[in-house]
Amino acid sequence: MEEIVENFAAEEVKPPVASVGVMGWVKENLFKGWFNSFLTVVILYLLFKVIPSIFEWMFIDSVWSTTGEGCREAAGACWSVITDNLRFIIFGFYPYDQQWRPLIAMFLLFGLLFYSRNRKHWNRHLAYGWLFGLFAMGLLMRGGMFGLSTVESTKWGGLPLTLLLSVFGLTAAYPLGVILALGRQSKMPAIKILCVVYIELIRGVPLISLLFMGSIIFPLFLPEGITIDKIVRAQVAIILFTAAYIAEVVRGGLQGMSRGQYEAAESLGLSYYLTMRLVILPQALKIVIPPTVSILISAFKDTSLVAIIALFDLLRTTQTVLSHPKWMGFSPEAYLFIAILYFLGCFSMANYGRKLEKELSTEY
Amino acid sequence: MSEEGPKTTDRSGSMEVMIEIIDMHKWFGEFHVLKGINLTVEKQERIVICGPSGSGKSTLIRCINRLEEHQRGRIVVDEIELTNNLNNIERVRAEVGMVFQHFNLFPHLTIVQNLTLGPMWVRKMPKKEAEETAMHFLNKVHIADQAKKFPGQLSGGQQQRVAIARSLCMNPKVMLFDEPTSALDPEMIKEVLDVMIELAREGMTMIVVSHEMGFARSVAHRVLFMDFGQIVEGNTPEEFFKNPKHDRTKLFLSQILH
Repeated sequence: MEEIVENFAAEEVKPPVASVGVMGWVKENLFKGWFNSFLTVVILYLLFKVIPSIFEWMFIDSVWSTTGEGCREAAGACWSVITDNLRFIIFGFYPYDQQWRPLIAMFLLFGLLFYSRNRKHWNRHLAYGWLFGLFAMGLLMRGGMFGLSTVESTKWGGLPLTLLLSVFGLTAAYPLGVILALGRQSKMPAIKILCVVYIELIRGVPLISLLFMGSIIFPLFLPEGITIDKIVRAQVAIILFTAAYIAEVVRGGLQGMSRGQYEAAESLGLSYYLTMRLVILPQALKIVIPPTVSILISAFKDTSLVAIIALFDLLRTTQTVLSHPKWMGFSPEAYLFIAILYFLGCFSMANYGRKLEKELSTEY
Repeated sequence: MSEEGPKTTDRSGSMEVMIEIIDMHKWFGEFHVLKGINLTVEKQERIVICGPSGSGKSTLIRCINRLEEHQRGRIVVDEIELTNNLNNIERVRAEVGMVFQHFNLFPHLTIVQNLTLGPMWVRKMPKKEAEETAMHFLNKVHIADQAKKFPGQLSGGQQQRVAIARSLCMNPKVMLFDEPTSALDPEMIKEVLDVMIELAREGMTMIVVSHEMGFARSVAHRVLFMDFGQIVEGNTPEEFFKNPKHDRTKLFLSQILH
């Protein structure tokens, strides 16, 4: 016995040939057992049937820049519906000759978001950068200063509006959700009940009804002469709605924390606030990154619901183009384009969530 | 008291009272956990509390830094009475170090960050100074080379030593140990006990809930036996182990000292 053990330790034993290399991979992943082999064959056959025709429709028979009539004669996809209307889809009713302003504002936003990806950049300067950036974006969009003509928010639309609603909706909803989750755990009955009622009430109602209430019912209660911008009202509705969902996810994370962590922090003399900020939340929020990202992604997509209160977000501007007689019937192309834009947004959020999880992991 | 050992090195002439517990009661719901505890702990005194599980010994020391709230009687720590006054509670906690059975290190922070958290945020110590203090105490528990690691990368014995160092960084007047070695693998118990013995040698006031009778014999001034929420008897280790007075104590000792 002794000898055999020593032999194994001394020699390096190679894995069987069939389990490595390309052949090994194919055998292991595609043809393991008769059922998997059958599935592989069926799927390969379906792909073989479908992919060439999709490719043909998208690229070979497609037209890229014709008028509506040219499109009707083409056998493939009519990308003209996008290329011809791109500026309206992206910017909506924003004055045509001023559209460089939202364009710059968007680049500014993307720049800031991209720079903020790296956690090493999270410091005071970045906070000032965001403050300045927000001011600059607001100025660009609204104008009325420095020789820029005023553009009322009723004219804002398209991609800038979608980004505005989602970026600020999500960044404001997150801290609010955390506060609600802490409130729901509070030992003070009044605060606890308030948070429970808020969360359950908001979660029990569709976002559409909140948007309606914000845009139609809420103004009825305002004193005469005071109006609140429609975009702000939609924005608030999105924030309140998303925060309720985030609160419940964060509460799950808080419940995952052991009593010992609270006790260790308290026995050092840390106050409730410091215990939460330094010990509990950093761990609890890390645990719930995956479900949080899910909520943020779904909130991002839900911003398209503002269309029902007549805000022209990205989806609504596209639908407007499609309702023009010239472009009727080309919705697959247009929706495909919008889908790609949304996918890019969602995918980068998911990606960033994974990156954060990896960076914050302390397990080896 | 002329034999070798840490006991001889301190307590000379100091008779100041560090902790005073007078007729203290505690209930968990309907269950009466602590039934009239009276205990005076002097400065630099070292007490080991033993007893069967469920006897209330952990609850007793957890009351001393208000991790549990007592419902009757008084607890005075270093002249501060524990009441519902949050200020008092935080002041007492900053003066009383606590070491837990399951270490309770902060897993998202490195070892050195675990140690600097209290000094920096509670004592308002500058970061550099807090890190120096941290390294000083990590050296003391023989673990300075692990400062940059995370708790999850350390063995149980190492984690418990870090936990002791974390408490020491707050420069506490009393250290409470709640079964500090009972979650450890046997080969790691000694390294933790050694650190505690060193601490005792330096004159720290300590209350230790433990079944490590060897430790009690060599370090404690008094050994208390608790059962059913009461302190049944307390004596010097010599007397306690040689001539236990109560039947319950005798039974307990016969069970753990095979």
